[in-house]
Amino acid sequence: MEAAKLEQKEFEPTILAFCCNWCSYAGADLAGTSRFEYPTNVRIIRVMCSGRLDPTFILSAFRWGADGVLITGCHPGDCHYVQGNYMMERRFGFLKEAMDQLGIEPERLRLEWISAGEGEKFAALIRDTTQKIKQLGPNPLKTA
Amino acid sequence: MAEEEPRIGVFICHCGVNIGGVVNIPEVVKYAKTLPNVAYAEANIYTCSEAGLTSIRENIKKQGLNRVIVASCTPRTHEPLFRSACREAGINHYLFEMANIREQCSWVHQHQQERATEKAKDLVRMAAARATWLEPQEEPELEIKDTSLVVGGGIAGLTAALSLANQGFKVYLIEKDPELGGNLRKLNKLYPTMQDTRDILEPALKAVKSSDKIETLLSTTVSDVKGYVGNFKVTLAKGEEKRDVDVGTIVVACGAAAYTPPKGLYQYGEYPNIMTQMQLDEILREDKVKKAPERVVMIQCVGARKGEIRAMDLAGFPKSDTARLLAKILRAKKEEGWPYCSKICCMNAIKNSILVKEKFPQADVMILYGDVRVYKEYEDFYSQAREAQVKFVKHIEEIPPEITQTPEGRLAVVAYDALSGQEIRLPCDWVVLSTPMIPHKEEVLLARLLKIPISSDGFLMEAHVKLRPVDTQMDGIFLAGAASGPKDVPESIVSAKAAAARAGTLMANKKMSTEALTSVVNEDECIGCGLCEEICVYGAHYVEEGVSHTIAALCRGCGACAAECPRRAISMQHYSDEQILSQVKAALTGES
Repeated sequence: MEAAKLEQKEFEPTILAFCCNWCSYAGADLAGTSRFEYPTNVRIIRVMCSGRLDPTFILSAFRWGADGVLITGCHPGDCHYVQGNYMMERRFGFLKEAMDQLGIEPERLRLEWISAGEGEKFAALIRDTTQKIKQLGPNPLKTA
Repeated sequence: MAEEEPRIGVFICHCGVNIGGVVNIPEVVKYAKTLPNVAYAEANIYTCSEAGLTSIRENIKKQGLNRVIVASCTPRTHEPLFRSACREAGINHYLFEMANIREQCSWVHQHQQERATEKAKDLVRMAAARATWLEPQEEPELEIKDTSLVVGGGIAGLTAALSLANQGFKVYLIEKDPELGGNLRKLNKLYPTMQDTRDILEPALKAVKSSDKIETLLSTTVSDVKGYVGNFKVTLAKGEEKRDVDVGTIVVACGAAAYTPPKGLYQYGEYPNIMTQMQLDEILREDKVKKAPERVVMIQCVGARKGEIRAMDLAGFPKSDTARLLAKILRAKKEEGWPYCSKICCMNAIKNSILVKEKFPQADVMILYGDVRVYKEYEDFYSQAREAQVKFVKHIEEIPPEITQTPEGRLAVVAYDALSGQEIRLPCDWVVLSTPMIPHKEEVLLARLLKIPISSDGFLMEAHVKLRPVDTQMDGIFLAGAASGPKDVPESIVSAKAAAARAGTLMANKKMSTEALTSVVNEDECIGCGLCEEICVYGAHYVEEGVSHTIAALCRGCGACAAECPRRAISMQHYSDEQILSQVKAALTGES
């Protein structure tokens, strides 16, 4: 029991975050310029729009061992490309269902809206996600 | 992957102590050298300095590099600089990639130096993986027609049209009303100079009328927009009458409206003599006062800085995803009130309070406020009102003042004084509500036609609030005046001149190259289902003879079509599946 606890404490998840160039990537930059610290577990991939994210990118990330995936984009109504974020939101629904069927906890995937002005929100999101994924433990596909 | 064997050069920046003080740079350089396809790696104190840029240029030649990675700050600010260094050394600038190890690493992990170094290595590895898949791109060049369309004939539209005409361009100036002038026609005087609005408006109207470069079309609206920067085909409608114009640029100066409270809010419309500041302007301008008021109470922030955006009635708008989704968000938000500070109302109330005091020196003028927001020289203007004995009373905004009618037929405002916490009862003759400038309902429709996003406040959104304040996300379309948010007359004029200068620059160059981030259809894979055509908000896809095609000039590069395509037949230039997946894989598996 103690050993199991210790092991869990040492688990450092790898989290992949997709950020859109116009809002959330800029929000992540602002977290940096404002020196809002957050855990080192996240790796950011920049795309022009969250609408670019093919569901296979997300499923591939889990297949390759991501413990968590974060999709971030512009707030509703603020999308630089008018409605790319809504398209992602629609895919998000069935991605969660697909994950459930594949035996990956759907909570490992999160969709959040971050504006270019929300540096603090970005940092808080990474802190919160890292903690939640730590509680979930490693991606089950890694041990399967 | 490109035919040529990739030879990647990695330049890792200390950024003084900004990165070097946290991340172990020599270790990252050593690691970079072990990565596949990396032919060269070095550290720089400042890669963006002339010494750093020279090193990039020299090593491209010396080491025979055909890909360059700079691991430093955010590409959002420095990518153009490094890209041009690559270009100068003969590498296509689409073969450049950045790893953001400052904003997204050293600055946010200052107290986790070892782990920050590991993360920096991962970010460099991800960049190298992507760089391996990068391909050179040609930027398409477009012809720009030297004619402009200015939408809206208020002070911003008039100014933009004149400025463009003075630069020698032909201008179509359209106005939805039967008269030019916009809001300025209704206003009385302008703060802080107390100039008559006619002094500003009349000369502008005269100049527009006498210009042989400006064709003014009244009672006219935009009914359709086709084409792209340099080659817009705009259909204008005057009633049933339609007319097409070909223009190179569009300046949107559709302005804003003054918010009129719905009947009952602050008892507006229930008793006489409860009016908005705009209505008071009209009364003072037309000199329509029958009986001098003994007391005037102004209430600030009526319908502003409250709740969330007010629901817009979108009935009658074409049914499309955008309109429906927008309607959904707007409806979901709270009724009554706009979330933002309209920024002009404090000065406007001060202006009218001084004017009332001048006209009726005996009148007691009170301004109930939550916050007074006067900036730059307007602080003096505020003092001027204080000296004129205008009383500023801070009230508790959370308890909206109630207005009743006294038996004598006067009005009485009941509010809560914020300093004493006591109820105050103010018998008065006029109640003036300071309401915000709000977007026109037509803006939603116009935004759809022009494919410009709308901000959460409901105004047309600029491409970047600081760096590109009059540009829009659509090349060749610019914003002037209050279309992008509340502005007073000087600010509207400034932004109109800026928008005209931006449009003029484009047209004077006659040509422009656009970013090559467009979609490409693999015709062998495409089954012509038309999904891409259906979802593209820019109309950049069309299906012909069973195969989809991209109109590169219309494509903005969002990549939604590539993600939706059921056959994976669409690829995005510079954001291909391989390029993105290689990063995903590198991040997670340690492979590059």
